[in-house]
Amino acid sequence: MTIPTNIRRSMYETMVRSRFLDDSLTEQYWIGKRPVFAFGAGPLPGELHTSHGQEPVGAGVCAALSDDDMITTGHRPHHIAVARNVDLKKMAAELFGKKAGLSGGRGGHMHIYDKSVNFSSSGIIAEGLGPAAGMAFARKMQKKPGVALSFLGDGAVNQGAFHEVMNIVGLQKLPFICVIEDNKWAVTTHKSMSTAIERNSDRAPNYGMAGEFVQGNDPDLIYAAAQRALERARSGGGGTILEIETVRLSGHFMGDPAGYITGKDEEYQIDPIPVYRSRLIEDGVISEHEALDIEVRVRSEVDAAINFALEADYPGIEDALNCTFA
Amino acid sequence: MSTKEAAPWESPTMMAESSRSLTICRAQREAVEWEMANSERVFMMGEDVAGFGGVFGTADGLGDKFGAERVIDMPISETGWIGMAAGAAMEGMRPIIELAYVDFIGVCFNAIANHAAKTYFMSGGQYKVPMVLISGTGAGYNNAAQHSQCLHATLAHMPGIKVVSPTNAYDAKGMMHSAIRDDNFVIFLVHKGASGVGFMGPLVKTSINEVPREDYTVPFGKVRVYQEGTDVSLVCVGLAVHQALESAETLAGMGISAEVVDLRSLVPLDREGIIESVSKTGRLVVADEDYHSYGVSGEVFASVIEHDASIFKAAPQRVCVPDVSIPFSRPLENSILPLADRITAAAIKTMEGK
Repeated sequence: MTIPTNIRRSMYETMVRSRFLDDSLTEQYWIGKRPVFAFGAGPLPGELHTSHGQEPVGAGVCAALSDDDMITTGHRPHHIAVARNVDLKKMAAELFGKKAGLSGGRGGHMHIYDKSVNFSSSGIIAEGLGPAAGMAFARKMQKKPGVALSFLGDGAVNQGAFHEVMNIVGLQKLPFICVIEDNKWAVTTHKSMSTAIERNSDRAPNYGMAGEFVQGNDPDLIYAAAQRALERARSGGGGTILEIETVRLSGHFMGDPAGYITGKDEEYQIDPIPVYRSRLIEDGVISEHEALDIEVRVRSEVDAAINFALEADYPGIEDALNCTFA
Repeated sequence: MSTKEAAPWESPTMMAESSRSLTICRAQREAVEWEMANSERVFMMGEDVAGFGGVFGTADGLGDKFGAERVIDMPISETGWIGMAAGAAMEGMRPIIELAYVDFIGVCFNAIANHAAKTYFMSGGQYKVPMVLISGTGAGYNNAAQHSQCLHATLAHMPGIKVVSPTNAYDAKGMMHSAIRDDNFVIFLVHKGASGVGFMGPLVKTSINEVPREDYTVPFGKVRVYQEGTDVSLVCVGLAVHQALESAETLAGMGISAEVVDLRSLVPLDREGIIESVSKTGRLVVADEDYHSYGVSGEVFASVIEHDASIFKAAPQRVCVPDVSIPFSRPLENSILPLADRITAAAIKTMEGK
């Protein structure tokens, strides 16, 4: 399939936006955390799992979505949130724990919710699968359009929730896509040390679902595969397990130097953004000049979001107490 | 109306002509049926609900009436489908789900405690999770340690979950209407021994009462005073209420006037209602079939002490399961449950030195 140039350009822009955001967050994260490292120190506290290297998954899949579609994701949500057009300023403010944040500072980096774009994330491994399947189920009952997607890592597939939900998705033919981001690492454990088979997408037929494996961390291939899975879901063909090879260029969380990624594993660690940039220029989709334009514009957009978050007020302490029950 | 609420069966003039006596499970089922008939958003999901009507009869006949698309049988995959229910609720549905035995809560605790309970808070109020989880609690039928627990304190401990446990049919129907209409996640617990299911043996008479045919709500967060008294407050949850009523009769024969208070809602908890009763009697026995330590009984004590520790005329007593697993053998099981004799003994202890 030929992917329209505007979509390819936009996927590049999305990847750059996510990368610049993560770069800025990394910079902010280390403020107050040296020489003594503590999660709770500095202006950007807590655990931080950046998406360096996994941007193609968010960009490729989300470029194929419509407004009706719904997403749940996990503890590494930035690249998907950015690709889903979660408001960048509100998201940044949330990460810094500010009142202007998406959840008024109650959620933080692992718990990004933006109902206006049907986006939610959870820090509990694989437990976004059930809610996403339920969202698909609700739309089916309501006879409304919408496909639910749940993003999780290759390590998360080994949770029982995966088996339970895939079985129900297959049984009920739900409009659902399980997107496995195969970055090969479950914290410090390599996929080959935790899973007997190479491709989790091979499990799909056993659940009555379709399975597809996408190699190369390539936004174009990811977009095309997502299109196929969405088409299947929208036409009543049921769910897909879409496993996408990607790369985690950073440690599991900020502060993890990832010294365990060595030898052949290290050779796999290729940054997808310069690769895609070169290809778009080679294919004549953008010029070097246009690429720079995008980068400059996105840089200032991200800077504005970070500055907005830094300058925003913290919530009043009453906000800890006023949001437990509706 | 904090402690004394006149129920229709107590006042014949209030009772609608269309009322009739029901068991708890029939009454709560009627509320589910009414809500399903009146809102497309309400549906039921669980194991063996569509054809079989639920292990405790909570969905009896609903599958036939509403069809398999709204009364949905699920595989034995609770973390999967309870997570799904939370997602459906986030998308505007009002799922009613049944986990037959509360003992199984461990297999879906992530979906419950980390998702359904926290989503409203973590999303800053963007996503509501209006879902009702029905589950059966309790011992007394020789089914041993894994099918006999109450665990209501474990659930009530988690912020973001309303936990209710009606002990009679009138309350069960009204509280089920309230639960389904609530915008929050509600866990609706009924002690198997009081619910009226056949395999639990003789019906508990004090759990059966007149129930109007029309819909009505019973609000959460208000105790029900089953019986007024002046000497000692028997504050109870679940089946212990009915044991306390029996105990109160025995105590009356000894000249001790016991007030029987049913919490019926643990979250929200009617602390004022507890305080009002204990202020009157000065003596407190908490009867609770959940485990003794770190539970509802301690919370009831604390509610009074934090208000005014000088209220007590005698040291308060608790009658709970003494921090052991529920034994299978009949004499062993009977020895650890908060049965009437233990409640009576505890009440007498508070009266010593009067």
